[in-house]
Amino acid sequence: MAKVPVQFTLNGSEKAEFVESGTTLLHALRDKIGDTSPKGGCHQGTCGACSVIIDGELRLSCLTLAETCNGADIKTTAGLAESGVLHPLQRAFLDAFATQCGFCTPGMIMAAKVLLDRTPNPSREDVVEALSGNICRCTGYEPIIQAVLTAARANSQNAA
Amino acid sequence: MSLALRTFSSVKDANTALQASGTRYLGGGTLVIRAANEGDVSVSSLIRVDDPGLSRIAVTGDKVRLGASVTMAAIAGHPGLAALAPAARAVGGPAIRNMATVGGNLFAPAPYGDFAAALLALDATVVTDDGEMPVETFLASRDTSRAIVTAVGFSLPGAESFRFLKVSRVKPKGVSVLSIAALLQRTADGTVTSARIALGCMADRPIRALATEKALLGCKLTPQEIAPALAAAGEGISPITDPVASAWYRAQVLPVHLGRLLLS
Repeated sequence: MAKVPVQFTLNGSEKAEFVESGTTLLHALRDKIGDTSPKGGCHQGTCGACSVIIDGELRLSCLTLAETCNGADIKTTAGLAESGVLHPLQRAFLDAFATQCGFCTPGMIMAAKVLLDRTPNPSREDVVEALSGNICRCTGYEPIIQAVLTAARANSQNAA
Repeated sequence: MSLALRTFSSVKDANTALQASGTRYLGGGTLVIRAANEGDVSVSSLIRVDDPGLSRIAVTGDKVRLGASVTMAAIAGHPGLAALAPAARAVGGPAIRNMATVGGNLFAPAPYGDFAAALLALDATVVTDDGEMPVETFLASRDTSRAIVTAVGFSLPGAESFRFLKVSRVKPKGVSVLSIAALLQRTADGTVTSARIALGCMADRPIRALATEKALLGCKLTPQEIAPALAAAGEGISPITDPVASAWYRAQVLPVHLGRLLLS
């Protein structure tokens, strides 16, 4: 199978790789580029663990072919912390015990980031809706919802 | 995985390439990449079309034309398509809605394809390079269809006349137990003059509730008057059985949810 070139921006850095045609973005990120923050859960579009942000939109990297992302701006949870300081969402997830096994966490945080980027002061219903494509088998969701609401409050206080 | 992806700028060229065996059309990826990930070795080659016209939404008066690559998120967020927003939002979570397309939903096997049920109730037209056909005809022949869907067209329903319901066990989002889309025209006193009702999960693809539609004519939407229509809801259905619900369960709860939708 011929390899195809892919080039995109990942968390602000230019990346270029050759991948086999038909390689998913999830596979390219984890096994080619080494960003293991998106997780391969179901590979069926059901669990949301592989969620990444492509050109500002939440998408599932397990159902996206890498070669369709040429020129795209891709963000993953691995790129959120700046200079070793956790992003408010990451801090809130830790503080609220919203991470147990941690497998769903990067996808949850990506879904929450898209929400807070567009809706800085979300309602609880907004948060539930935003996370509705992400499955967690540990927490029962409530700590995650509280973490997102806490991060939103922290953001608005910082902005005030 | 070994999937050769070819990108075309025109539907015509892509239609020619689609005739090769093992070739599938790649829309949002939520069906075909999912199948490949699951080990469907019948897919060896993918094609797609990057014509921006396929992602266009055109609302002219009450006439709507949705390009086949229009996503559920684009429909849910379009100010002119508020009547359809509940059906678009019923599909998946936010990430899926950013990917899943109108064209793909027409091919989604039950329990998926909630939006296609809405299109069936609206008597939409499916457009390909070969021409146009009613969505009901298209759905019946979709297994053998080899022409790329380019758009769907329909008349925008009034807010009062179109109703949509998706029932799932997981809140707020889960796989369909069933979905119901109803287009009802009524006189000023509330008498039903025309009814078109589409059901999801009551076959392997959306189907119409023809007996219910007929029984609703001349009725007012009261518990007593719709009772015969609800009793007829089971005619012609062949619900799916999956981990979410058995065929028996789906058949049992259909009249209950149909009644709630009609009385809402």
